[in-house]
Amino acid sequence: MARLYEYQGKALLAEHGLEVPEGGVVSSPAEAARLAARLGGAVVLKAQAWITGRAAKGGVKFASSPEEAQRAAADLIRLRFGNFPVTEVLLERAVVIAHELFVSVIIDDQARAPVLLLDARGGSDIEERAGSIRRIPIDPRRGIDGDRVRQVIGDSPIDRAVHQKIARAVETVIEMAALYELTSIEVNPLVVTAGGGVVAVDCRMTVDDYAVFRHPALGIEIARELDHPATELERIAYRLEQADHRGTFYFARLTTAAAPDSRGLIGFHGAGGGGSMMSMDAVARVGFTPANFCDTSGNPSAAKVYRAARVILAQGGLVGYFGSGSGVASQEQHHSAYGLAKAFCELSLAIPAVIRLGGNGEDRAVEILEDACRGLPGRVEGYRKDDTPAFIADRFAELVQGADGATWTPRARSVPAYVGRSYRFPIKGGMVWIDHERCDRPTTAFVIEHASALLRAEDGLPVLGVSDAEVAAKDSELLALEVDCRRADRPVVFVDLAIPGLD
Amino acid sequence: MSILIDQHKRVLVQGITGREGRARTALMREYGTQVVAGCTPGKGGQQVQGVPVFNTVADAARDLGVVDISVVFVPAAGVKDAAIEAIEAGVGLLVLVPDRVPVWDTIEIAAAAKDNGASFVGPNTLGVLSPGKAVVGMIGGRAASARQWFNEPRPGRTVGIISRSGGMTSSCGYYLSRAGVGLSTLTHVGGDSLVGLRIPDVAELLEADPQTDAIVVFGEIGGSQEEHLARLMECGQITKPVIAYIGGAAATEGTRFSHAGAIIEGGRGTHAAKVKALRKAGARVVESFGDLPEATLSMLS
Repeated sequence: MARLYEYQGKALLAEHGLEVPEGGVVSSPAEAARLAARLGGAVVLKAQAWITGRAAKGGVKFASSPEEAQRAAADLIRLRFGNFPVTEVLLERAVVIAHELFVSVIIDDQARAPVLLLDARGGSDIEERAGSIRRIPIDPRRGIDGDRVRQVIGDSPIDRAVHQKIARAVETVIEMAALYELTSIEVNPLVVTAGGGVVAVDCRMTVDDYAVFRHPALGIEIARELDHPATELERIAYRLEQADHRGTFYFARLTTAAAPDSRGLIGFHGAGGGGSMMSMDAVARVGFTPANFCDTSGNPSAAKVYRAARVILAQGGLVGYFGSGSGVASQEQHHSAYGLAKAFCELSLAIPAVIRLGGNGEDRAVEILEDACRGLPGRVEGYRKDDTPAFIADRFAELVQGADGATWTPRARSVPAYVGRSYRFPIKGGMVWIDHERCDRPTTAFVIEHASALLRAEDGLPVLGVSDAEVAAKDSELLALEVDCRRADRPVVFVDLAIPGLD
Repeated sequence: MSILIDQHKRVLVQGITGREGRARTALMREYGTQVVAGCTPGKGGQQVQGVPVFNTVADAARDLGVVDISVVFVPAAGVKDAAIEAIEAGVGLLVLVPDRVPVWDTIEIAAAAKDNGASFVGPNTLGVLSPGKAVVGMIGGRAASARQWFNEPRPGRTVGIISRSGGMTSSCGYYLSRAGVGLSTLTHVGGDSLVGLRIPDVAELLEADPQTDAIVVFGEIGGSQEEHLARLMECGQITKPVIAYIGGAAATEGTRFSHAGAIIEGGRGTHAAKVKALRKAGARVVESFGDLPEATLSMLS
């Protein structure tokens, strides 16, 4: 899910007619002083961060002068909430509160529909008042029963004169949820002011990841919920995923340092969400600390798996590379084998790798992986569906033990000397280079035979044999060709799949 | 008996002329599924592997009579329209394979289904497979693999599998079969947070299936499906033995583990809470996935 900051949510509410306190976003104490002076009177400063219970954690401060506002801003900008540093502060005119309500819309997975949570006695201790929250179902086609909403409002001690305004505010919150495809929106508190106004004093909104593409105006860069600000590597990974929807590529950094009693930090490469979780449990149980979570699944292309491996191996300090999915994959497994082989060879993998490739075509996949990686400094082993997760986790531990504490230092990929000079043709996301100088007749024959009918011989040399459009999406086939050529000691093909940010 | 699908149910493939549609039609037909029609707007009149293609689901239903099940292989943004079209044409069960379907689209699909008395599996599902009978979706990948991996029902030792993970649906099926267990139906409910038939719904179908002796669940962090199943067990609506493994023990609050549905939010949907609820309700929950076959055999005896 993609979370919006309070000030972003409030801007949207205001656009839709729900009043929010007057104010603005500041990112320095000096700005805070200026804004406080302009607003005049008592102001409140709120750290912009994705956490609950912000007030109790010192994230909210009051100020009654520009100087106080300046000091308060300085304090807030020094704060960190978990892994998130505070960089922006919302400074608003303080609201005189006569009454507070809690208004939220979430998606009920049992009803398969949105539901309104409404408490006319609201406040920030909402967890304590869980019993008094009313749940009112929202029919996606017919909307909400307005009578029930008015009844909840009517059951409170709030002045009848503002009931209509409150009902309208609640309607706006519900409209927002559908309009922006929110998985949740919470206005807590929705305030009735001393002057009879209805104002949204706080706002938390989360947008459905899979709908972000339909809402470019929200300006969401990474539609992911991470418990830390996205690292550069995560940004790179996210952009890769967005560029290629053939299968999934999900990457999240977990830690950069292993616990003291851990056997070491490892690169983790899962396949399939459930298989990944299960495999992570297995390798954690033998004492390793995954540096990252990663899932390439849904029949990913070889190129996608290659890029995932490159991202994982951009992390330092790893003692091994552990890859495992469900073990009984419905997809053909050789694509993954080719993708991994290319990455491991390019980087000259120097730590052990254990990869469970169980499923359709597993024998072929294991053969490809082990054969292609046989000369590497790090030992690479492939396993099948009859090898259990526990078994391969133990084998992995054995190999790491035998590697005597070797750790991985990220490095640039090795690119053959002929790249940049030789015959080439473009594909989507990269370029294919062929070293014609080293193509004698047997080599040309070999290349063409393994090129999935994409190349032909011209003057005894392998060249593109189909149209540009036809070859554009064949990155996996050409990646396989590169690996097969290297295996046969005829390293004349290189598929350049540069990764923006890494290469 | 099998639930949801069998060799008699008439299946339509939406998106049949696409790459996925074609490949999976081959798998389904080879496995024994009765694929009676396909649907791709604009391609009406063509044939894919001998299966007639229509422009709309309504056309197919009008021409061929009953369509029981529609399996959808269209891009994520088109799933809602395809699903609602099928529902309004009278199809009673949909299997929605694509990933990345926006949740508010799923909400609309659910509303249409409810209004028309239809059900759906997914979205983001690998499908449903009843050994010896039919497969709807892509479980197994190849018909020969599916036949080899998944045992047909065996009297007294047959389980239904319900999984929140696609790959693990096959995995559970495979390892249980190797251990000598028979399988009635394997169902992947889908990896999303909002899905049609949820674990408790499928469990109720398996409870009513005379051929199913026990229920095996591959669960995950996030959502409330496993907790809901535990409640059904506690109030006696599920009486058959339940054996479960819950993935995601290493997950912490806020970080999603790939599946849109696999996230702990606001303290809800934690691994510990699911394990506790299921154990309290009488389910056997294994710590290590490798213990699943043995635990299942012991609960069956």
